Amino acid sequence: MVELLPGNMARVSVGGAGQLASLALVEGVVVGDYVLLHVGFAISRIDEAEARTTMARIAEFAGR
Amino acid sequence: MSGRFTRPLDIAGGRVEMTHGGGGRAMVQLVAELFQAELGNPILAQGNDAALLPPAAGRLVMSTDAYVVSPLFFPGGDIGSMAVHGTINDIAMSGAQPLYLSAAFILEEGLPLADLARIVASMARASREAGVPIVTGDTKVVERGKADGLFITTTGVGVVADGLMIAGDAIRSGDVILLSGSIGDHGIAILSQREGLSFSVPIESDSAAVHGLVADMVAAVPEIRCLRDPTRGGLSATLNELATQSGVGLVIEESAIPILPVVRGACEILGLDPLGIANEGKLIAFCPPEHAEALLAVMRAHPLGRDAAVIGVAIEDPRRFVRLRTTLGTERVIDWMFGAQLPRIC
Amino acid sequence: MRFIEEYRDSGLAHDLAAAIAAACQPQRDYVLMEVCGGHTHSFARHGLEELLPERVRLVHGPGCPVCVLPAGRIDAAIALARNSDVILCSYGDMMRVPGSKRATLIAAKAVGADVRMVLSTLDALGIARANPEREVVFLGIGFETTAPGTAVALQIARSDRLTNFSVLNNHLLTPPAIRAVLAMPADTPLHGLIAPGHVSAVIGTRVYDEFAVGGQAVVVAGFEPLDLLQSVLMLIRQINAGVARVENGYSRALNADGNRLALAAIAETMPGRRAFEWRGFGLLPESGMQIAEDFAEFDAERRFALNYVSVPDPKSCICADVVRGARVPEACKLFGTVCTPDDPVGPCMVSSEGACAAQWRYGRHRLAPSGEQISA
Repeated sequence: MVELLPGNMARVSVGGAGQLASLALVEGVVVGDYVLLHVGFAISRIDEAEARTTMARIAEFAGR
Repeated sequence: MSGRFTRPLDIAGGRVEMTHGGGGRAMVQLVAELFQAELGNPILAQGNDAALLPPAAGRLVMSTDAYVVSPLFFPGGDIGSMAVHGTINDIAMSGAQPLYLSAAFILEEGLPLADLARIVASMARASREAGVPIVTGDTKVVERGKADGLFITTTGVGVVADGLMIAGDAIRSGDVILLSGSIGDHGIAILSQREGLSFSVPIESDSAAVHGLVADMVAAVPEIRCLRDPTRGGLSATLNELATQSGVGLVIEESAIPILPVVRGACEILGLDPLGIANEGKLIAFCPPEHAEALLAVMRAHPLGRDAAVIGVAIEDPRRFVRLRTTLGTERVIDWMFGAQLPRIC
Repeated sequence: MRFIEEYRDSGLAHDLAAAIAAACQPQRDYVLMEVCGGHTHSFARHGLEELLPERVRLVHGPGCPVCVLPAGRIDAAIALARNSDVILCSYGDMMRVPGSKRATLIAAKAVGADVRMVLSTLDALGIARANPEREVVFLGIGFETTAPGTAVALQIARSDRLTNFSVLNNHLLTPPAIRAVLAMPADTPLHGLIAPGHVSAVIGTRVYDEFAVGGQAVVVAGFEPLDLLQSVLMLIRQINAGVARVENGYSRALNADGNRLALAAIAETMPGRRAFEWRGFGLLPESGMQIAEDFAEFDAERRFALNYVSVPDPKSCICADVVRGARVPEACKLFGTVCTPDDPVGPCMVSSEGACAAQWRYGRHRLAPSGEQISA
């Protein structure tokens, strides 16, 4: 999430390519957060702590 | 210039009208004050129905293309510059030196003259920079609603040096595939202008004339088997066409394909495959393996080939599949799409 | 690209593949259903099946909302589009899906129907505002992931008092589809489910408890290669241990409860559950969303008094079997010969999430050559 816009909208960016998305379906999302996008709506906020846990589990499965 | 006409064309505020296509003095004025004023060169100035050209030394190559891109103006270019670059590139893909272009315009009633002037000026600039003059042309006007602003058809002629045999059916198993630079730039730049899609990061079309690059390449490696520019349909369409034409299989390394991060991101958002997106200033080359290193060096030495890379190899395959070795080392087919890619929803 | 690239790491992918192979018990087969069309597509695009041992068999499930729509529903959309007062807005995926007699929205557009591709329901609302004298109908398809977008559009249409906007509602529910698959007699039993990613972001993971109770191992998975490989491994471990649990492999993006706001929007605008005819399953009770009474004016079926006409699938098309994992795409007589993405007979071949399309697009080089099969 790069920029909050009026009307509960936001500018989101993937690798530098930006697009408008609606925040109507999420709460508490701030600039810098990562979101799951679907058909022009953010439908969920990516939880960085959970992401780390997931990667750790993957690494463990992988025998690292 | 305006001596024959009551008033000069109102380029700033005027629009194309049906009279401009009528063959009468209105059309003559449009041609004189707008087209010739920008494109002027000695051959065009002959003012006949056909351009008289000096004899050419070498085998003749000819190519034609229609340009119907919408929107007319996009980051990095417009329909005019694209038309000039595109046809020059098609000629160059035979290893030929482009010599002359023609340009036929179908104008929609109501097109602002300012837009037309801007496009013609852009064509003139592209033509001058490439050193390939537009020597003859035509103008027609159709009713409002029948031409999306304007359509341009350009035809080019060039000459191929003796000894070069560069063709789509010449690829052999073992040939190395080289790509001159990043893919997807043009298509994404166009998408960024259409209604409903907006990108905050400016992605520019890569529209460019690559005949200078080609000249360097064939001079260094005349054994090049095939050159092609991956325009509509992108790399996947071009690779599939050539595999079929030459009767070989192709294997492409996903990790070797240069893609700008911002184009990758745009494709990720839209659910599009960068391999299927149009390019207007890139080429792929097939050459015998013993010359690949030399060819790559020559490409990288040219400004339009700075990011050139070896992306794959041709193999024996009676079924002529184009396969991608993914970054995971697995293999899948690069599909030849029937129509345009539709952005996925999920 | 954060949260995307690291889940495509090649080294980790191969290590996970090795772990999967090591986890497979001798003499044992593992039959796993990937419910979600997006997963089918992702497996195919990354060639992940190449990394799995042969004893792990993936079966394609009904999670392609386009593939499970019967031809009659597409006919209804095309009929509306041909109404000259109507602008039909649709996601790209629907444009080439064949209805009866292979009619499509894109063919209708070519003969003058005003069909417009949109990326979001918000675009459709914009078109409605820009064209007050026309009727704008949004073709709502998809499971619970896409439904919230439609729900928000309905809410906005009502609060903005739009008088020319409606939704042709074909939104479906995921649990009934999974129930229907599990209820079918199968030649080979299913051992585990790779549950949908994005749908679960909306509906949560608790909804799958009933399937674990019924004996299925369940792992909710994300879409990147490492997500999918990890899920396969987690399922194999459950199956080996003889347990059946719901595990959340996509915890960075979703939780057990789902998305409160999205569920509330659906509850307000499309609370009803109606019987809906599914390709492959026939009529499933309480499987389709129904627009609420107080949003009736935005329900295109009521607004235009549409009558749904059931149309049987074309002969020889086995999409119905494919969407419930009963048969594989290659088993279809029409696969690759009469039915290709160029000229599809059934939706499984044209939808980007369809099992047939995924197999054709990305995997046909592994199939035994048949006749004149060229790459085109």
